[in-house]
Amino acid sequence: MSPQDPPPEPPKASAPVPRRRSDHHPLNWLLVVPVVVPLLTVLFNHDGPRIGGFPAFYWMQFAFIPLGVLCTAIVYQAAKRRKGDDR
Amino acid sequence: MTEFVVFAVLFVLVSGMGFVAARWRRPQTMDSLDEWGLGGRSFGSWITWFLIGGDLYTAYTFVAVPALVFGAGAAGFYAVPYTIVVYPLVFLVLIRLWSVSHRHGFVTPADFVRARFGSPTLAAVIAVTGIVATMPYIALQLVGIESVLKAMGVNGHWPILIAFAILAAYTYQSGLRAPALIAFVKDALIYIVIIVAVLYIPSKVGGWGNIFDTAQAKFAKTPAPSDGVLLDGTNQLNYAMLALGSALALFLYPHSITGVLASKNRDVIKRNMAALPAYSFVLGLIALLGYMAIAAGVKPLSSGGKPDTNTVVPVLFDKMFPDWFAGVAFAAVGIGALVPAAIMSIAAANLFTRNIYKEFWRKDATDKEEAVVSKLVSLVVKVGAVVCILALDPEFSIDLQLIGGVIILQTLPSVGLGLVTGWFHRGGLIAGWLAGMAAGLWMLYEIPNVAKGKAHFGGSAYKLSDLGLDTRMTVYVGILALLVNLVVAVAVSLVLKATGLKDGEDVTTPEDYTADEDDPKVHEPAVASST
Repeated sequence: MSPQDPPPEPPKASAPVPRRRSDHHPLNWLLVVPVVVPLLTVLFNHDGPRIGGFPAFYWMQFAFIPLGVLCTAIVYQAAKRRKGDDR
Repeated sequence: MTEFVVFAVLFVLVSGMGFVAARWRRPQTMDSLDEWGLGGRSFGSWITWFLIGGDLYTAYTFVAVPALVFGAGAAGFYAVPYTIVVYPLVFLVLIRLWSVSHRHGFVTPADFVRARFGSPTLAAVIAVTGIVATMPYIALQLVGIESVLKAMGVNGHWPILIAFAILAAYTYQSGLRAPALIAFVKDALIYIVIIVAVLYIPSKVGGWGNIFDTAQAKFAKTPAPSDGVLLDGTNQLNYAMLALGSALALFLYPHSITGVLASKNRDVIKRNMAALPAYSFVLGLIALLGYMAIAAGVKPLSSGGKPDTNTVVPVLFDKMFPDWFAGVAFAAVGIGALVPAAIMSIAAANLFTRNIYKEFWRKDATDKEEAVVSKLVSLVVKVGAVVCILALDPEFSIDLQLIGGVIILQTLPSVGLGLVTGWFHRGGLIAGWLAGMAAGLWMLYEIPNVAKGKAHFGGSAYKLSDLGLDTRMTVYVGILALLVNLVVAVAVSLVLKATGLKDGEDVTTPEDYTADEDDPKVHEPAVASST
């Protein structure tokens, strides 16, 4: 939009945000998974099975990193898709 | 000698970038905190990823986490769950902070608290807590540089003074743009060094299996009961609570919030919450350098007769790598100290300017005046950090940083919960903060460290048996203090609401918390904005 164009609507400098949006989405609950799972030490506080020499304690916690990325990415994509639907 | 030359060349190169950064994405004027302190609030996904990554994963982390793993084993690996848990935990909250700050032009977390709870006093409390928690953190970045210099055989304080003088000068000139630009180099160097280290070192010391077995054999010989490559019965709860407490604290630190507010819209933050764990992967590998050091038979250098475990990683690099690459590795740590130190000093300076200077001395300070004050205070903050390291025992800075994590958590009800609800009474929040601070400091004071021969401030794992519980388990002090804080904040809020004592006015609206970059600001400046 070029600056000279008259705005389609009168400008609302200090008006409230025009439409009520929401961050709520059922898939947001997925975020609980990567918050809780890495804190459950009973799950991974073992030596075996080892992978590539790594005790379970270490490779499992490394594996939680992609788990966290996956859950966060799904929540982001879900919110984005819905924002698209609004338009 | 080659080491030092490579280190010095990279260091000087990066310092040059720091000065040039003022021209990068050049604004019309640097005379406002939005430009100097937040880089024009214009950073996209990539810059933000490098900036926040460079900001959160500091030189001290790279030195101290493997040192902890070297000394205690599995307990030091908490840094990994900590940095996994943090992003999903703050995902939905940080976008609300960005939105309300965009609408109202907030620069600091205390700005938000002032508007939400209508209390300059509470805002000042939050600001002072933030400054106090950040100062020792800056000082510890110097410890990171110092450990590298020691490994190169450079002793004395003059190199630190020079490094910090240069850092202070380009932060003064370029503001947040300087660390944002340098972060690219810092992170690239760190990634290269770590990838090379984890591919190369294990092959020289008998493979990963041997590394873990050698470490376990070493821990089996020590008298300490709870070290080892696995956790035991007493420190599992502490491991989880330390990870959770640190995760809750991370985005309460003013320098983290500065990185978030500098991004240009909500999507940038959301994408980064998904992408930042890439650094956690690197951090996990860095932590394992502690075990590699054990397998390689590294002995930490001594300072003042005591072994300084912070030197294990630099000594490991020195021992395993050819000279020139050791120089690159040392430069990665050294430059790694500059990015967070710059952002931290900017964040602390902004808190002082916005929530103390402007609030209590100069209500009508102009944007330009704010920028001038912040620039000067950023210098004072760095001088303070250098004095901390030179005049006091570095051990004292480490104690202070331990305390810093506990006290910054006490701002969670006002800042973190404040973003979700305005229910709390400002009086309740202040009372909760007081109670949490008192409980946290008292517990830290009561914890001895037998190994270091200290009676007080010996760690952050509080024995539950000291509370009369029949167990040998320990819990992170920060979480216990936060619970005290929350209980008091809720109770006092209920009482104050029941007695009808006047509460502060909340000038934010529910819509403010979901606004995005196209939405208008509440106070649109009379002169057209810089974009």
